[in-house]
Amino acid sequence: MDSVGTVQTEKYTNANNFFKAIRGFREGTLILIILAVCIIMSFVSPYFFTWPNLKAILLSFSTEGIVVVGMTLILVVGGFDLSVGSVMCLAMVIGGKLFLLGVNPWLASLIGIAVCSLIGLIMGVFVTKVGLNFFITTLAFMGIARGLCFVITQGTPLSLFALPKAFKFIGQGTIYSIPFTIFIFGIIVVASDYLMRKSSLARKVFYTGSNEKAAIFSGIKTHRVKIVTCILCSTLAGLAGIIYMSRFGASIPGFGIGLELNAISAVVIGGASLTGGVGTVLGSILGIALLQTITGSMVLLDVSPYWQDLIRGGILLGAVSLDHIRHTRKRS
Amino acid sequence: MSEELVLEVKGIDKSFPGTKALSGVNFQLRKGEIHAVVGENGAGKSTLMNVIDGVYTPDAGQIFINGRPVEIKDPLAAQRLGIGFVHQEIALCPDVTVAENLYMASINASKAWLVNYRELYAKTARALESLHPIEAHKKVGELSISNQQVVEIAKALTLDCRILILDEPTAVLTESETEALFDIMKKLRDQGISIIYISHRMAEVFGQCDRVSVLRDGQYIGTYEVAQTTSTAVVNKMVGREIGDLYPKKAGPPAPDAEVLLQVRGFTNQGRFHDISFELFKGEILGFSGLVGAGRSELAKAICGLYPKKSGELIFKGRPLEVRSYEDAIGQGIVYLTEDRKTEGLFLEMPISNNIAAMDLRQVSTRGLIDGRRIQALANRLSAKLNIKYHSLLQLVSSLSGGNQQKVLIAKLLSINPAVIIMDEPTRGIDVGAKSEIHRLLRELAGQGIGVIMISSELPEVIGMCDRVLVMHEGRPCDIISGDQITEERIIQLASGMCV
Repeated sequence: MDSVGTVQTEKYTNANNFFKAIRGFREGTLILIILAVCIIMSFVSPYFFTWPNLKAILLSFSTEGIVVVGMTLILVVGGFDLSVGSVMCLAMVIGGKLFLLGVNPWLASLIGIAVCSLIGLIMGVFVTKVGLNFFITTLAFMGIARGLCFVITQGTPLSLFALPKAFKFIGQGTIYSIPFTIFIFGIIVVASDYLMRKSSLARKVFYTGSNEKAAIFSGIKTHRVKIVTCILCSTLAGLAGIIYMSRFGASIPGFGIGLELNAISAVVIGGASLTGGVGTVLGSILGIALLQTITGSMVLLDVSPYWQDLIRGGILLGAVSLDHIRHTRKRS
Repeated sequence: MSEELVLEVKGIDKSFPGTKALSGVNFQLRKGEIHAVVGENGAGKSTLMNVIDGVYTPDAGQIFINGRPVEIKDPLAAQRLGIGFVHQEIALCPDVTVAENLYMASINASKAWLVNYRELYAKTARALESLHPIEAHKKVGELSISNQQVVEIAKALTLDCRILILDEPTAVLTESETEALFDIMKKLRDQGISIIYISHRMAEVFGQCDRVSVLRDGQYIGTYEVAQTTSTAVVNKMVGREIGDLYPKKAGPPAPDAEVLLQVRGFTNQGRFHDISFELFKGEILGFSGLVGAGRSELAKAICGLYPKKSGELIFKGRPLEVRSYEDAIGQGIVYLTEDRKTEGLFLEMPISNNIAAMDLRQVSTRGLIDGRRIQALANRLSAKLNIKYHSLLQLVSSLSGGNQQKVLIAKLLSINPAVIIMDEPTRGIDVGAKSEIHRLLRELAGQGIGVIMISSELPEVIGMCDRVLVMHEGRPCDIISGDQITEERIIQLASGMCV
């Protein structure tokens, strides 16, 4: 039987939520693994601990990391989103196309992101009101959004060299030689991690994903919660697309293929459950950090890029199997 | 005790396709009492509770709360009227803390953007203090079942519940946990909360409750003060039925020299069934009886290799038989008819003929390829034997009535000429006509020398069909009864643990 005094319960304050998460098995292990990879790499390659290399790795996961935050939310509510890669690209293509048509680039970008939010809304409605599952709905929109990208660009990349400097700063600028993108990413991660733990809206996402019936009987409108989650996930993907547009100075209609699997892998490695109710932003970000550190290391080690998918698949399988075994042991 | 009625139910009717679940049911609940509701499986207890909780809308009748007529259209409405329902399956969020589960509704209703955890944990500690101390920040999935129940009860109380429905809460609890729950129930009663307590266990009804209401076949039989009645009287009210000549003639007790077909020795799987031994004679129908959750189905499945067992051995036709998988069992002609034909039994979207032939494809194959004509021949023969009604053997099974679906499933088992057939609820959810056909068929199979084991929650069926009955209580064998001993009173006594 559990027993605890009131005193101990009250000592449990808000602040140590965060530290508890770090000490928690999943996040702690991930940090250790990432550190181990870094230390090994620093012996193997003198270039690993140089600022340009670390910056490249940070930059490579910061934009994808924004998508991963959205994916975390949607896994917690009990779904997943296969359309993020296409939706991200659609924001990039719509923003670029409108800019070429003479629209102010900031407005063009906002419209691009808004279209993504709309797609999220439509997917949410199909999942809840029509009653399709996440797999079919997001698979369909993965195709629809990608198709739109090719239709709008007629299959050729849009060159956007005329983008104003202020706009290019989003993806290319640096502050004290730290890329501005990393700041955007940092703000989103800190804010979303805090909100996921504290805000009543995000907590409803957890309740819905953990046991939808129990949530309904507490008066929670779970359909609305799912729709909002879908909108947030697509909107964050759209934002990532605009950042890429600014960084590349181009809109590439085939960009972001395979991103969805990478993002889902990161979230699952980070401790989220595909059945919903579990997951943290911090864990997911560590998941993507691990994947990108290893990818970056492979580049330094001159491993053929053809091996990358294979190794990523192996990491996913290993991480999830270990977790599954640990959980089934604990229960029995 | 006050005479103030917090809940009154008058003349409730509720029908489902094919059955009348409740007919003219009345029920009165006083303020601050623990009121047991008893009845056999299928007597209508759950339906009545679901009507009170707003899950089902009654076809006729009225519900009064504190003397005021109300219409309860869903469980949320019931909650607002002060009705809390603790189901057998826990309805909490396992990945979320105790505190958040308790106050989910108020977190949802609150206008604040952020959840104030400090306040939440303090409130939770206070709410649980009087019931049972549980750490507020623990995740519900990490708690024991009994503590999860406490959280459910506490959750209902935070919603200002005045009427608490507990559906067989002790079925999953150990003895000491059960005692702790009874203490909580008494505390709540003394606070003026009324508790409806559903249980099969007469000892609990008579030890803990103030009054008891009896339902039988969807009808209200009566309400009695526990102090003024006896458990035998209540059991009689629960049964009180005449069984006519609905059933085929029995084979009678096995002769002293009868051949033992199957022998089960010391079957054990911790928590499910414990040290079960019996013999199955050639030509008899052996019944497994007991309450839902007594471990009957698990035992049956374990015999066929469909459920793990920790220890125990099987002797088939005089030789030890090791069954590692269902395939081993089928190879020896031991087959199992599932209690859930739709999800575990049939290929609903496939034709009748393919369903019947599915068990042994070699039988209908020539040189390794499936031969359509042999499937048709097999299906024709067995569907005629079982009198399955169809337009064409290529008709999808999903288009058949429940009775005919069940016959298709039985035909599938007969396709391999079994030696032992174990039937789990063979007549559940089918009409009277098909039911008696299946009864006749079972008797016929037994007469041909096939060993038949039948599990049924319907007592009249067990009594009418079985030559001998193994009664189980919480996974343990109580007794094997035969002949005149097979009566409803005896089985209920054994099954509810009154023997131990």
